[in-house]
Amino acid sequence: MTARNRPLSPHLQIYRPQLTSLLSITHRATGIALVAGAFLLVWWIAALVRGPAPFALFQHFIASFLGRLLLFGWTWALFYHLANGIRHLSWDAGWGYELESTYASGWFVVAASVVLTLVAWSVGYVMLGGHG
Amino acid sequence: MSGMRTPLGRVRGLGSAKGGVEHWWMQRLTAVALVPLTLWFVYSMVALTGAEHASVVNWFARSRNAVLMILLVVATFHHGQLGVQVVIDDYVHSERTKLAAIIIVKFAAVLLAAGSIFGIVRIAFGVIG
Repeated sequence: MTARNRPLSPHLQIYRPQLTSLLSITHRATGIALVAGAFLLVWWIAALVRGPAPFALFQHFIASFLGRLLLFGWTWALFYHLANGIRHLSWDAGWGYELESTYASGWFVVAASVVLTLVAWSVGYVMLGGHG
Repeated sequence: MSGMRTPLGRVRGLGSAKGGVEHWWMQRLTAVALVPLTLWFVYSMVALTGAEHASVVNWFARSRNAVLMILLVVATFHHGQLGVQVVIDDYVHSERTKLAAIIIVKFAAVLLAAGSIFGIVRIAFGVIG
């Protein structure tokens, strides 16, 4: 079979990265990251079922530097995938296919994901009463 | 293309394969469901930041929260496994490995969703510890 020798399109070595293609692969990457993050949701539920001690262990992990870093990453990934997912749904509805609209909505998604992540974490720290 | 098709065929919109849109459609349907569910979930998790075991259990005891959590779990794992399947379809080229991977992903999604739902019900009913 000669299928393996056929050129690939888009050929990543010569394909100049641009906002649209970067946002596209980021959508997939955040989707995979969120699937991994779903295990955290399962652990949270399991810890709640098993009682206060296992739940305290879960919270201890989340409060650690690594836990916060992962949760921060997942928060951004969630907001990014959500915002860009809505962008995809609007394309499915036939809206926003013009090159200009695609770039405008793309930058809006980037801004929205960052702003929403920072807002969620700011409120979270307020909830901790400054003891975080 | 549409000129050759019967009015019924055009309305059904299934094409000659009589299928193939289920994956695409379920991915969109779960995506639409996840928009409000995710916003509600993040809002709730932020509100529960640092909350102790008893407070979170009380939160689950409210019917609205338990039901929305179950819906979130169902939509999340359904959407997640559909997405992972696309990634496997794209990058795994050995037919045997691809099939095995897809089976594992789908079984794992159902297992984790079922376990999570049972867990949510137990927390909501206070059958814990």
